[in-house]
Amino acid sequence: MTNFPWLTLLWALPVLGAVVIILLPTPQRQAAKYAGLGVSLAVLAVAVILAVSFNPAGERYQFVENHTWITYFGTGYILGVDGIALTLVVLTAVLMPLLLLAGWNDADDRPGRSGRAPHGYVALMLATQGMVLMSLISLDILLFYVFFEAMLIPMYFLIGGFGARNPATSKAAVKFLLYNLFGGLLMLAALVGLYVATANDKAFADGTFDFRQISDAISNGSFVIAPALANALFLGFMFAFAVKAPLWPFHRWLPDAAVQATPASAVLMMAVMDKVGTFGMLRYCLPLFPDASTFFRPAIITLAVIGILYGALLAIGQTDVMRLIAYTSISHFGFIILGIFVMTSQGQSGASLYMVNHGIATAALFLIAGFLVSRRGTRVIADFGGVQKVAPVLAGTFLIAGLATLALPGLAPFVSEFLVLIGTYTRYPAVAVVAAVALVLSALYVLWMYQRMMTGPVTGGNEAVPDLRPRELLVIVPLIALLVVLGVYPKIALDVINPAVTHTLTSIHQSDPAPNLSAGGSR
Amino acid sequence: MTAPSIEYGMLSPILIVLGIAIAGVLIEAFAPRQSRYGAQVALSLAGLVAAFAALVLVYANLGTGVGQLAAVGAVTVDRPTLFLQGTILLVAILGLLLIAEHTTYDGSGSGASGLDAFTAQASTVPGSIAEKVATKAGIAQTEVFPLTMFAVGGMLLFPAAGDLLTMFIALEVFSLPLYLMCGLARRRRLLSQEASLKYFLLGAFSSAFFLYGMALLYGYAGTLSITGIAAAINAGSGSKTLVLLGLALVTVALLFKVGAVPFHAWVPDVYQGAPTPVTAFMAAATKIAAFGALLRLLYVAAPALKDDWRPVLWAVAILTMVAGTIAAVTQRDVKRMLAYSAVAHTGFILTGVVAANPAGLTGTLFYLAAYGFSTLGAFAVVGVVRDRDGTEQTDLARWAGLGRRYPLVGVVFSLFLLAFAGIPLTSGFVSKFAVFKAAGEGGAIPLVVVGVVASGIAAYFYVRVIVMMFFTDPPEDAPVVAPPSSLSVVAIAITAVITFALGALPQPLLDLADSAARLLT
Repeated sequence: MTNFPWLTLLWALPVLGAVVIILLPTPQRQAAKYAGLGVSLAVLAVAVILAVSFNPAGERYQFVENHTWITYFGTGYILGVDGIALTLVVLTAVLMPLLLLAGWNDADDRPGRSGRAPHGYVALMLATQGMVLMSLISLDILLFYVFFEAMLIPMYFLIGGFGARNPATSKAAVKFLLYNLFGGLLMLAALVGLYVATANDKAFADGTFDFRQISDAISNGSFVIAPALANALFLGFMFAFAVKAPLWPFHRWLPDAAVQATPASAVLMMAVMDKVGTFGMLRYCLPLFPDASTFFRPAIITLAVIGILYGALLAIGQTDVMRLIAYTSISHFGFIILGIFVMTSQGQSGASLYMVNHGIATAALFLIAGFLVSRRGTRVIADFGGVQKVAPVLAGTFLIAGLATLALPGLAPFVSEFLVLIGTYTRYPAVAVVAAVALVLSALYVLWMYQRMMTGPVTGGNEAVPDLRPRELLVIVPLIALLVVLGVYPKIALDVINPAVTHTLTSIHQSDPAPNLSAGGSR
Repeated sequence: MTAPSIEYGMLSPILIVLGIAIAGVLIEAFAPRQSRYGAQVALSLAGLVAAFAALVLVYANLGTGVGQLAAVGAVTVDRPTLFLQGTILLVAILGLLLIAEHTTYDGSGSGASGLDAFTAQASTVPGSIAEKVATKAGIAQTEVFPLTMFAVGGMLLFPAAGDLLTMFIALEVFSLPLYLMCGLARRRRLLSQEASLKYFLLGAFSSAFFLYGMALLYGYAGTLSITGIAAAINAGSGSKTLVLLGLALVTVALLFKVGAVPFHAWVPDVYQGAPTPVTAFMAAATKIAAFGALLRLLYVAAPALKDDWRPVLWAVAILTMVAGTIAAVTQRDVKRMLAYSAVAHTGFILTGVVAANPAGLTGTLFYLAAYGFSTLGAFAVVGVVRDRDGTEQTDLARWAGLGRRYPLVGVVFSLFLLAFAGIPLTSGFVSKFAVFKAAGEGGAIPLVVVGVVASGIAAYFYVRVIVMMFFTDPPEDAPVVAPPSSLSVVAIAITAVITFALGALPQPLLDLADSAARLLT
């Protein structure tokens, strides 16, 4: 079982599927969509097999595959997953079929693309998924970087090519691409610096990008980077991840891109692709540059808290429902980054779980809002009112998703938000108090949005809003179910996350400031 | 007096190409007009393929040795030379496919035959009756084929030169046909002739610099041979000012040929005015040959003066990267934008040269090979976008929506643009990483930072073209993509596949470049 190249299969399936689908004949539009759905379900099956066979108490990285790639650069084709990567892989695999279902008809009204718009749409979604998966499972830093940058291209075409038909779309797509490219290019300079540092140090035979070797050498002290250089390299890596995640003030590309893209592509971007940014912080920034991380910790935590409050405050004042949800995303990402950089076990476990929960909750919220918007053709909140009377199921699921976003106990995001706040409080009590203010703000933006759109008398234009159709129910019900299950029984996720977090903290020589009662408790 | 020994075997690639060129001239003189085109194309292609086969044999015979001097020290046949010559030959084969494009796309359907990109009779005054008569008669100016072969022959000799005189002769042999070919465009002839004149005047000027520098170096070293000059520099006798001046003047000429700032002024005008197949061939092959010569000069003749020329090249590299990138941002013409991007890429390649370590040599060799193919492909794609009357449409605003109407063209051109931008999974990323890694190892980290920032700015104008092609509505009188014959399709397909393959699996070429990175000193 462990000798079968599961991880190669995991990323190769969607990429090869994308190539096959783009080559399908033009009249086979429906076949292209069903083929895409089939491929994504196959990827889900592989991810489930991985999740089931993963041994939380076993080695740190499992299903490792190691082959040569470009020996001249010291980079190899090295794949492997730890607990945190595994949860994100499962999140991506679960979300993909749902996103394809949600975006089933999004590409149908695109003239002038010689009728191949559905093929292109499905192929681009699958290609993005494949590249995201490759970034998550890569244990070689240059391999990670290649796909970290490469995933921008299909995403860019998804936003610009299938988004709303106005000039703002291509502007949003270009902004997305250039912001992220620039961040990535600074990381390239840092990568070159890291390679030169490994090449010059006697801890390694040659320059290398093998993450396990480098992080082991750093944590046992055999590889030491000069502090000034380590700080510069950390900033280079961090800049790229801060733009991707996004961290305030590098967030300006997100609201425009999320609003102009189709809802399914926007969810792919926010719930799946951006996680690679925070994953990169946790996986690469901390273990590679532990002292630099500690040095910049106060600054990053400050930015994270500003992002939390900024996103929440701006969300309250939005008149456009999609933009509102996009700003809530910025706020949530602030929480995730906060949890990562407080460097406590609860904080990092909470942040890792938050990545999963945010993905599910934002997907649900954004997709339902997308269904509603597609019925009326307007994104303005004031145009809606009293929808719950005409479309009770839609309103009900929207409420559950909204309550998840504001971290109601019993739904999944509560556990992660609570863990992050506890983890912050043990090290920086004042910061935790400030961040907790966001709980109030999130209640404000969610409940007020729900009240304006769904409750009250049915306003003009909303009388004939149809309720959720079967295809849409098929998308939403699994998401709601996951929110409930992970809210009541988060152990299934935390069991794989906690050992990985413990490993990370030990390797960066950080420990919790107070006695640790992480989720699950001690018996 | 015994005759000098000529190692014909080692020189066979160059001799084959020059022999084919002479045969081409004879065909022009004696063959009947109808059969000239077929004979020339067949002869030139066969010659280039034969030269490449001979080159592979020579490389195989080298075994693990570094190489040797040939022709009484006039020609150096060493590993980097053979690598670069092989690349030039492959680029020349693809360029020849573009030059030989026969279909004359003419919206009126008059079906006049002839070479697509080249004027029917260069001696006619543009706009005159004679020109119309010649075009209607379907004359094809097939002299371009032997001209191309002479240019290739010169380019093969340029990086292989063992002494400065041979280098100068090679410089002239490959430059003069190129000056001429730049003026032979079929449409917009005045622009083309202007480009040719500019190239000729500035090129003649730079050749004069080369000669003067050569004379000063002879005065210093007493010999023109490159290894002899190196020995004289190592011996240290004589005025250092003299050798630095001579070196500087020769370097100026070489920097002119590669298009480095501040000697790049000819690049946009010449790239824009020349017939697009010639631009494609020239952009790729001239750079490869000239960088080969620059490497030989700096790494073989003057390695001892490293501390003197490295700071100057630092400055030139930074200026080139920055000026090329910034100038390209405001361009409205695709060919000019690609020309300024070529200048920026020269800056990146110079970063590899400045590194002055074996990794720098490997990186430079790989970059030249990868960039040669992608730039040829990019210009080839530019050449198929025409107005209804057959004139090339290179105004960026009129390219709007091209990717929507012709998805394949859009995707292929985007691939080349992304390769220029250095997006991972394209050959451009691997090339940039190779030179930046070498620069980092050579202690030139500021160059890496400038390079990275320039790449970021460059991404803007590359992405702008992609946005125009895919996400903007087409204008009313949008250009069409003239269905090219299989010659151009093959060339574009090969370059696109190479660009992607070198991005995903570059190790074979990197290994080849690495094993080739030992100069004969």
